[in-house]
Amino acid sequence: MNQSLDNLALQAVGLTKIYGSGHTEVIAVRDVAVEVRKGEIVALLGPSGAGKTTLLTLLGLIRPPNTGQISIDGILVFNNHQAQVDIRRFRRQKFGFVFQKANLIPFLTAVENVCLAMEIDDQPVKVSKRRAMELLEYLGVAERAENMPSMLSGGEQQRVAVARALANHPSLILADEPTAALDSVRGRQVMELFRKVAHEQNAGVIVVTHDHRALDVFDRTLEMEDGQLRGKHN
Amino acid sequence: MNLATKDIRHNLGRFSLTALGIGLLLMVVMGMGGIYRGLVQEATLIVDRIGADLWVVQKNTRGPFAELSRIPRDLADRALVVPGVETSYGFVSYTIQRSYGGKPLRLTIQGLDWPADSGLWLPISAGRSLGQAHYELVADNSSGLKVGDKLALGKDVFTVVGLTKGLTSPSGDSMAFMTLTDAQAVQFDFSPESIRIERTARVNRLFNIDLGQIQPQLSEKAGGLNSGIPALGTSMISVVLVTVKSGWNPAAVAKQIEAWPDVSVYTEDGQKQLLLKGFVDRSRKQLGLFRVLLIIVSAVIMALILYTLTLDKLHDIAMLKLIGARNSVILGLIMQQALLLGSIGFCIAYLLGQWIFPFFPRRVVLINDDLYMLAVIVLVISILASLLGIYRAMRADPGEVLS
Repeated sequence: MNQSLDNLALQAVGLTKIYGSGHTEVIAVRDVAVEVRKGEIVALLGPSGAGKTTLLTLLGLIRPPNTGQISIDGILVFNNHQAQVDIRRFRRQKFGFVFQKANLIPFLTAVENVCLAMEIDDQPVKVSKRRAMELLEYLGVAERAENMPSMLSGGEQQRVAVARALANHPSLILADEPTAALDSVRGRQVMELFRKVAHEQNAGVIVVTHDHRALDVFDRTLEMEDGQLRGKHN
Repeated sequence: MNLATKDIRHNLGRFSLTALGIGLLLMVVMGMGGIYRGLVQEATLIVDRIGADLWVVQKNTRGPFAELSRIPRDLADRALVVPGVETSYGFVSYTIQRSYGGKPLRLTIQGLDWPADSGLWLPISAGRSLGQAHYELVADNSSGLKVGDKLALGKDVFTVVGLTKGLTSPSGDSMAFMTLTDAQAVQFDFSPESIRIERTARVNRLFNIDLGQIQPQLSEKAGGLNSGIPALGTSMISVVLVTVKSGWNPAAVAKQIEAWPDVSVYTEDGQKQLLLKGFVDRSRKQLGLFRVLLIIVSAVIMALILYTLTLDKLHDIAMLKLIGARNSVILGLIMQQALLLGSIGFCIAYLLGQWIFPFFPRRVVLINDDLYMLAVIVLVISILASLLGIYRAMRADPGEVLS
């Protein structure tokens, strides 16, 4: 917790998320503190119901915490449940998301899916197209650029989703079980891809995973149980 | 990147079918308006075409179209001497139904005061107007008759010498024009037997009164032709059509004629109002209400379609929100599709209508003002219909992508 603020992609302190109230109250995340450096890839482990996905929704600014602070790139974003910035703008400029399913927009081609992330951030079409092609090239799916998602394999779709996540030079990439739908070989390839992205693009990466076979890929692992971080391993 | 068009391109079949459905619905709305306009046009067509300034009819009747009117033919001569009257023609109008070629043929016969009026004002589309005093007929092409066809009416056979286009009566029957004398002959055609019976009855009535006892030789006249008995008077017509001299006020001339105790007089506008208020008004209200109902149904159906289309995209919308898309991007996606659906539906309705409406038995008239108004209504419906979808989209939770 003593990292230089300039080098931190994410800093979260005292995060708590409570659903319901009274006798239906559930504390999904309890007093969690997390830091992720730029260029670092961190695994978030834990059994089902441990609160991993809820923590991810808090860190991804999808839902506000009840208490706690979240800072991205040294900027305070949430102070308790109060947003300090335009959340949606912040999400499109600082974040990349990858999920178990690729969640590509089905009516856009692979390259258009990547371009979309940049165009909604008002980047010129030509610039977007050029960067999208560079990213698809970097991830090895450039030859499928003009294909619709339905024509791509699961692995190819996941690579396009990673390209989309990288499009706006994010400070933080959040991935929720990105290899769950892939076989072990392709799953490992995707994990290594995240490592490569973290190191080469200088982005912080948090990957929620159940796949213990690929833990060597990560710089650090965090274990979660009953809404709390239990253990940290380097 | 226009997400709306990309989505449509991806789901072209479904979108096309939906647009076709909306188009068919809007075509019915458009058709309803067209039928109303057609009713109005049909109702006032003959009044417009004839172009008479004044219509002189039987006292206290609203003839000759809204109600039966019978006046003596020589009323035309009386009208002609009124100051300010330029021309004065007799005119007969009635509807007949005959069988022609094995099918029922309904014609609204219009008797023209030949030779003063030979029907040169008729919109002839084939053949010519009337060229002789008897046995010629100009019919509307909606009757199915052709130039040269022979038609037996009364005791005579009439030849179709010309065809008009789009001349139907207020009740939608095809119009047919012949000379006034022929029209009366057809209208008052009696069988030889009924003529014989009437003449015998006339002779018997004569002998029942003193005159017949004193002058038995009168029985020869009483049992002969109607025209040989001066006491029977002239034949009856429906209306006298009057045109007013240039510089004269038709209302002022009408006032002079209306002072006669045996006639009522209507101006051209008054005659139109009789037709519109009598013939068309209830139909207009009926069609108007039905049209409003259809517009509401269209709006509800469009809203449901757009809502369903939005529900289908809800996951993608949640994804767009998650990656930071502004609300305007999502709103644009739904609104543009709604407007496209409405616009394409309107175009389909117009094109299909242009193709189908001419086959309708009654006139369907699409006028620009009605089309512009419907276009605006469709625009408003499209926007309103998309609101439900937009409301649902705005409530979409980006966290759904994670679930």
